[in-house]
Amino acid sequence: MSTQTAPRPPRTRRRASEGGEHASLISRPRFLTYGLLLAFVLGSVFPLWWSFIVASHESSVVRERIPPLLPGANFFSHAAEVFDTVPFWLALGNSLIVATTVTVSVVLFGTLAGYAFARLRFRGSGALFAFVVATLAVPTQLGIIPLYIAMTSYGWQGQLAAVIVPNLVTAFGVFWMRQYLVGALPHELLEAARVDGCSMIRTFWHVVLPIARPAAAILGLFTFMHSWNDFLWPLVVLDAQNPTVQVALERLQAGYYTNYSLVLAGTTLATIPILLVFVIFGKQIVANIAQGAVKG
Amino acid sequence: MADLRSETAEVSRKPSPPPGGRSGSGKNDLTLRQRLYRFDVKSAPYFYIAPFFIVFGLVGLFPLLFTAYVSLFDWDMLADEQQFVGLDNYARLIESDQFWKALVNTISIFLLSTGPQLVIAVLLAVLLDARIRARTGFRVSVLIPYVVSLVALGIIFSNLFGHNYGLINNVLEFFGFDRINWHSDRFASHVAIATMVNWRWTGYNALIILAAMQAIPRDLYEAAVVDGAGPFRRFFSVTMPLLRPTLIFVVITSTIGGLQIFTEPKLFSDIPGSNNGGSDNQFQTITLFMYQAGFERFDLGYASAIAWTLFLLIVVIALINFLITRRIASTGEERR
Repeated sequence: MSTQTAPRPPRTRRRASEGGEHASLISRPRFLTYGLLLAFVLGSVFPLWWSFIVASHESSVVRERIPPLLPGANFFSHAAEVFDTVPFWLALGNSLIVATTVTVSVVLFGTLAGYAFARLRFRGSGALFAFVVATLAVPTQLGIIPLYIAMTSYGWQGQLAAVIVPNLVTAFGVFWMRQYLVGALPHELLEAARVDGCSMIRTFWHVVLPIARPAAAILGLFTFMHSWNDFLWPLVVLDAQNPTVQVALERLQAGYYTNYSLVLAGTTLATIPILLVFVIFGKQIVANIAQGAVKG
Repeated sequence: MADLRSETAEVSRKPSPPPGGRSGSGKNDLTLRQRLYRFDVKSAPYFYIAPFFIVFGLVGLFPLLFTAYVSLFDWDMLADEQQFVGLDNYARLIESDQFWKALVNTISIFLLSTGPQLVIAVLLAVLLDARIRARTGFRVSVLIPYVVSLVALGIIFSNLFGHNYGLINNVLEFFGFDRINWHSDRFASHVAIATMVNWRWTGYNALIILAAMQAIPRDLYEAAVVDGAGPFRRFFSVTMPLLRPTLIFVVITSTIGGLQIFTEPKLFSDIPGSNNGGSDNQFQTITLFMYQAGFERFDLGYASAIAWTLFLLIVVIALINFLITRRIASTGEERR
């Protein structure tokens, strides 16, 4: 707002590619906009860059008043040390198993329920969907004590199932897929499938799923990131011998906190996979966010 | 669609049995297959939504309600029978200085994060909404912090805010300021933790607000310009009122998340692995307090009382927030 100063209607340059989205009456941003945005981006990236710098030098660099701006040569030796200190391969494998299972399940069940709420008529659908939306605001994290008691009595403590099962379906997943399918799934297609005598589940598989794919991909990405980064519940129910990445990281920090390079090599290693996923799919996520996917 | 409907209806009036069995005539002439189909159509929706309700009921709603039950006991995992203590756990809670401290810490960190974060997020959304080059690049970049796990974030920022070697104190000293003891000073530690929260969530919220901004019809702005509204007037009289639902959404979600802050204070501790939230509990939040009571001391009844109290607190604050946001965002708006 501070940058889009006085409107200068006649002078505004109009670019064919962008003009459509924005009123030509509002002036083109000046360098202040870019300056602020650049500052934001630098601020967003800097802590990560700094931790990589420390991880690739020796711990003593943190004592230098001005840290080096370029990485050193020791990242791989510190990374190897991480793998020796905590069961990091196991943790990576565990996180991968948990996040993948949870993602597939959340997307599948979210799409099924979202489709039912979006297009199928059944008694009580309105009230049930309102219930789903209301549960979005329920802090289920606060129920971990009975959940812990239950998991312990079933002997699930320390097992990945204890982390997977509570996250198999989410209210957000149902809500998200429903919102998308309401707009994207043509009645005609469902009608045609019905006329052809297609069973409900085949209709879902062959008609609904292909159409739901774009929203399902985004939901999958968010779910994967969320599951990968989940901490409180895994910390409660898993132990240090069979951890997820986040639990292993916490152990690393708790045991070796003065060895800055080692600990920050751990955070870098834990961040790289998720950052890769993000870099590959980031554009899609962002495009989707900016498409008004969240309608409040 | 209407055409299709009447078409199928027509089909079903013909003598040959329709494949779909949608005919309104008596049930007697339905074949087994048609009956199965009918059952399929009627029951399928319930099967499709069942997984959510089952999972939510078992691992969401039931534990939350059962927490209230556990909070009435002196719950011992090893005992065969749990000892009922009534509201004792709550009485202990109210008398506990640590609880009140944690409550104040939580609210202080929450205010220090949510307030500035919203203002910056709206500003950032305005910047991203401008006609800039490399638009997607900027949008992707501001989302990077959101991808970083809270544990990694906690470790990194705990180091950045370190007293002797932390980069932030180095920079302060470089510019001639005193070093700040980010970990032991109560208010400073709240600022540091709020900084982590803001760092991670501002870009994310900015993109959500941006999405809502782009849904505002551009001719409204053109009309405002024609009416002689400057950029500030446009922002406060056009943009803000139309952002209201989104701002409410953002505020409610940050309330629910913000009051449950756990990972940041846990990893910010200068004694790693500790659940104290500082030597004097100066930055222990309620969820960390609950974790400590439940999983360090295994005082599960007491921990449940903490959880249930926090739950009620969240409901109350979310409601207050909702009312305030509605009022703020509606000032200057002519009722439509």
